[in-house]
Amino acid sequence: MNLLLLAAEGATSVPLAVSDGANWFLEHAWIVPLLPALSFLVILFFGKRMPRKGAEVGIAAVGLAFLFSVVAGIAWIDHRDNFTLPEESGEHALVIDGSSESVDQIVLAAEETPAEGDHAEEGAAGEAHGEAESPTIAVHSSTTWFHNGDVAFDAGILVDGLSVVLLFVVTLVSLLVHIYSTDYVAGDRRYTHFFAFLSLFTASMLFFVLSDNILQMIVGWELVGVCSWVLIGHWWEEKPNSDAAMKAFLTNRVGDVGLLVGVIILFWAAGHGSFDILTINSNIISGGVSHTALVVAAMSLTTAVMSKSGQFVLHTWLPDAMAGPTPVSALIHAATMVVAGIYMVARLYPVFFEGMQIGGSSINLLATIGAITLVFGGLLAFVQNDIKKVLAYSTISQLGYMAMALGVGAWTAAVFHLFTHAFFKACLFLGAGSASHAVHSFDMKTDMGGLRKWMPHTYRTFVVASLALAGVFPLAGFWSKDEILAGTGGWGLFGGTGGNGAYTFHLVMGTVGAALTGAYMTRVIYLTFFGEFRGHGTPHESGRRIIVPLYILAAFALFAGLFNLPAGFITGNHSSWQERFGHYVEPVAGYFPPISHATPSYSLAIASSLVALAGIGYAYWYYFVKVDRLARATGESLTELPDGFVSKSSVARAGHTLLVEKYYLDHLYTDVIAGTTKGAIARGANWVNQNVIDGTVDLAGRTSVKAGQLTYDKIDQAVVDGTVNGSGRISDALGGIFRRVQTGKVQQYAALLFAGAAILGGILVVVLSL
Amino acid sequence: MTDFLNTWGLTAIIFVPLIGAAVMMLIPEREEEAHKQIALLTSLVTLGLVAALMIDFDYDDAGTLQFVQDKGWIDVINSRYIIGLDGISIPLLALTVLVVPLVIIYSWHHIPNPGNAKAFLILNLILETGMVGTFIAQDLILFFLFFEVVLLPMFFMIAVWGGEDRRYASLKFFLYTLFGSALMLLGFLALFFLAQDPATGAALHSFDMRLLTESAGSGIVHSTQLWIFGAMFIGFGVKVPIFPFHTWLPDAHTQAPTQGSVILAAVLLKLGTYGFLRIAIPMLPEAATTWAPWIGLVAVIGIIYGALGCLAQTDMKRLIAFSSVAHMGFVMLAIATMTPFGFNAAIYGMVAHGLITGMLFFVAGSVKERYHTLDISRLGGMLIQAPKLGWILGIVSMASLGLPGLAGFWGEFPAILSAYSPANGLSEVTFRTYMVIAAVGTVLAAGYLLWLYQRTAMGEPSAEFADDPNITDVNTQEWLAWTPLLILIVVFGVLPGLIFDVTDPAVTQILDNCLQQPDGCTSVVQAAVGG
Repeated sequence: MNLLLLAAEGATSVPLAVSDGANWFLEHAWIVPLLPALSFLVILFFGKRMPRKGAEVGIAAVGLAFLFSVVAGIAWIDHRDNFTLPEESGEHALVIDGSSESVDQIVLAAEETPAEGDHAEEGAAGEAHGEAESPTIAVHSSTTWFHNGDVAFDAGILVDGLSVVLLFVVTLVSLLVHIYSTDYVAGDRRYTHFFAFLSLFTASMLFFVLSDNILQMIVGWELVGVCSWVLIGHWWEEKPNSDAAMKAFLTNRVGDVGLLVGVIILFWAAGHGSFDILTINSNIISGGVSHTALVVAAMSLTTAVMSKSGQFVLHTWLPDAMAGPTPVSALIHAATMVVAGIYMVARLYPVFFEGMQIGGSSINLLATIGAITLVFGGLLAFVQNDIKKVLAYSTISQLGYMAMALGVGAWTAAVFHLFTHAFFKACLFLGAGSASHAVHSFDMKTDMGGLRKWMPHTYRTFVVASLALAGVFPLAGFWSKDEILAGTGGWGLFGGTGGNGAYTFHLVMGTVGAALTGAYMTRVIYLTFFGEFRGHGTPHESGRRIIVPLYILAAFALFAGLFNLPAGFITGNHSSWQERFGHYVEPVAGYFPPISHATPSYSLAIASSLVALAGIGYAYWYYFVKVDRLARATGESLTELPDGFVSKSSVARAGHTLLVEKYYLDHLYTDVIAGTTKGAIARGANWVNQNVIDGTVDLAGRTSVKAGQLTYDKIDQAVVDGTVNGSGRISDALGGIFRRVQTGKVQQYAALLFAGAAILGGILVVVLSL
Repeated sequence: MTDFLNTWGLTAIIFVPLIGAAVMMLIPEREEEAHKQIALLTSLVTLGLVAALMIDFDYDDAGTLQFVQDKGWIDVINSRYIIGLDGISIPLLALTVLVVPLVIIYSWHHIPNPGNAKAFLILNLILETGMVGTFIAQDLILFFLFFEVVLLPMFFMIAVWGGEDRRYASLKFFLYTLFGSALMLLGFLALFFLAQDPATGAALHSFDMRLLTESAGSGIVHSTQLWIFGAMFIGFGVKVPIFPFHTWLPDAHTQAPTQGSVILAAVLLKLGTYGFLRIAIPMLPEAATTWAPWIGLVAVIGIIYGALGCLAQTDMKRLIAFSSVAHMGFVMLAIATMTPFGFNAAIYGMVAHGLITGMLFFVAGSVKERYHTLDISRLGGMLIQAPKLGWILGIVSMASLGLPGLAGFWGEFPAILSAYSPANGLSEVTFRTYMVIAAVGTVLAAGYLLWLYQRTAMGEPSAEFADDPNITDVNTQEWLAWTPLLILIVVFGVLPGLIFDVTDPAVTQILDNCLQQPDGCTSVVQAAVGG
């Protein structure tokens, strides 16, 4: 809409803003996924013969990839600030002004680029939309992978702020998880295999985030899914683990139906025969795409997000996925893979922005799914006794925040939350792993308690990460969560304005979620680290390879929020520190929709902080005061009040049961849907197959034989008397042949075969020459 | 040498296996090693010849038939010995001549009961002749002959070397396909009598597939075209097999010896889809447009139905057999779109299915040999007892369920993609509905394959087999026979252009033939749809 307006005025327009030339590290970002991909192969084939069983290769490769990503990040910052396209390329400028001609222009310009098999679009700097900001010039290079018909399937990389952030997050968390794992899974029955798949996962995820086209995204998306399947089922000897792995894969496959359909629609309707993300996005923004197609595509892709990023109602696989080793939970099922869906929305944002009509609305599918997920997921976290399951539901809830943020148009807030969440949630998972490593269990109620005495480092980092997660000022989660709440545009008090619409419902849900988060994390901290130890043996602090990653991640949990201080937070000379993340990450380009930004407000920040603190405070009062006091009085290590409201109120009891049963979704999926498909429906289909369809065939066969007998008995024998002897001889001869066949004299088979073929040929000639 | 190859190369690949078979007939049965060596040598020579032809092939002109031989054969019906190679035939021909030597290598120590390497291998070679001939024949009678030649060796393979219920399965296979063939032949004859030269309007009276493709059904009234197409639909459809003509397949596969199953899955099923691509649709494009929605319908029914059938199976081999019904559904859906894109996807799907399902049957055969059962509920823990075999089953299952990066994806995804935008005159709504159903089929595919994998490979070995010394890991013959397939599954997964680039010109050509007609398929179709 804004674009059309701008075009009408003819004053400003948004360039596509893509270049094929830039800093070497940005142009060659494909090396980042290549490194772990090679390490996968090396570990797989040679890992077992290496001194450290392949772990060293994985660490080296991911370490290099991390360094490369850091340098690429710095290069991107420089590129963002200083890179302008040369003047002479002005004639190739791809200006999107809302007319259909310009769409053709893009396509033409892309085709005219002379470089063979390697093309890149260029755009000239121009006026930015909304604010007077210079465009972010993405680095795009691609090459033709193969053709099918007229369609060129390209492979390439698209490097902009979004992909650079993901490169950093994935490589950093992966590196720390690699180091952590050398201790955590030491002596495991499939140690080498574990590291091989960590590498493959890292490579696939990096490949995914660098994709310049949606087909490549499918490839990356499916590959991370397979790695997830392999790693969840790492200990496949036990059936629950392989069940969990299969559940993860199949639930994701359900979402993949949406992905396939969405991608196909975009390919035809938005890309006009191209998978290229830039083409699709810019076509949508310039208005050359049917709205119906976009609505269907956006809804289909939302299904994919629901499964991959654990959104309600396809989230049920994620808690089960905790059956995998803890480092895997941290890397794949918290920090990186599960944000693939969020990343996909961010990458294809015009599809959702236009398809869901995010601007100027107050409700849409994506935002609402996110809002429901963040509250319902948070509620489920309260009834878990397994520390990893609490964190899993917390991940679901936080992913809900991200999806909601994207749904309400708070793009930067969503990506920023993805960024901060990766660190504090990885820290929490690794901390949980550290604790369980010491007590050989994940059950907080039976085997933990009082661990702060034994494990001070784990305790400290865990608390920091929990506070960050709960959104306590000034830790990372506070900033990102606050930006999401502000971005809903639903806060009309005391100067908070802006945003893309008035998503009041979502603001309320987000605020409720903040209270829940604070409360369930307080519960976890009490059950794990306070009270008396309830397990067996003597716990001990983990080794350095576990502790150091925890501290690094805790540091990020403390400080990562400072990357994107809200506008107006600091004034004067240091105002350039504001919104750095947004400045470098959010595209200002023709492939990104014209979103409007909310004005952050102190009043909302204070209000939401109070709500979060209330959640923490209530849980603190319950556990640290009441339970603790009772525990001291009775001398037992308690985990809850024996006469809590669950035991008093039947409504509360019903609610508790509903939560314990996980809203009965697992029953619905496993027993009802999967059960009937595998059971009744499949058996029914098989019965039809055997009895109806095949029965018809057999019946036809039997009828023919009967008809033959009838003909023989009634007509041949009775009527055509003269042929009796003949047919007798023939059947004798046939019988002889078959006897030979049956008695195993197979030497003659080939001869028989030739005879058969010859007879057949003869019959043909006779028949055909008639 | 090159001249000889270009002229006689194609004929040679038809007859070399027969020569090998003839030589083997002269050698007594007890010389088992000699039989194996001759059979392997023969199939390798054939493979070499095809490789040489593929090197010599002009890929820039892959749409044109090359190495054509056109000789008089049965003059009385104007049937000629015409063979030629184009981009559609090459991948299937290459697949055929690759699979046969691998099967022979696998047979080295795996001649199924009741033994007799001589007869078994001779049958393999005769099969090869039939399959090779079908893919390069350019005369309908010649095509039909080869199509039928395939039938007998496979019948004997199942009937003699098959499982307990082999008599029933082999007879069913034979009669069912023969029934289809009879209808197909009727269709061919009708084409012979009715097809006209589009330029002059004179009757063609020819079985020359090139002429009939150019004629594209001109001069045949629509209703007659529909009947002819219908006859061919059943003929080819039984072979594919299309739902509901598929019931011979699970029985044949389950009872056939491993080698038979592999060839059946890898090549024989493709004869049917090839018939659609090469004969039924190009020669009767107008009728095909009317039939296409129905083909698409049975294709997507097959996808879902085959997958449900898989979920109900308790026998590993029968499960894999049912999965063929589902996978060939994707191929048929792509064919039903009648677009070059869809045809390319279909050929890719055929090759990918050949490699992957062929490989799955190999693995099933080796499982049977080790465990003496394919009852899924009795298996388990293969990853512990035979880890490499377990890994191979895992990779191939992943390929079969359409994991990107392995060959299966490029048959499946483009097939679904093509259904969004079928040829002119076909209903977009109908085909987009099929698209969604086919996409749902991928979930079920993942379901039955992973479930199979979970029950057979994961977990602890069952008590019954825990200490069975018979259960060993992959042996040398198996590695030799499987490695090429496994490599190709990965290579084609990473470089799909290897096949698409070859097939595309030919596919465009064969679909353009009718478009170039003054009253070619588009205009005729639009008139038909409008009226």
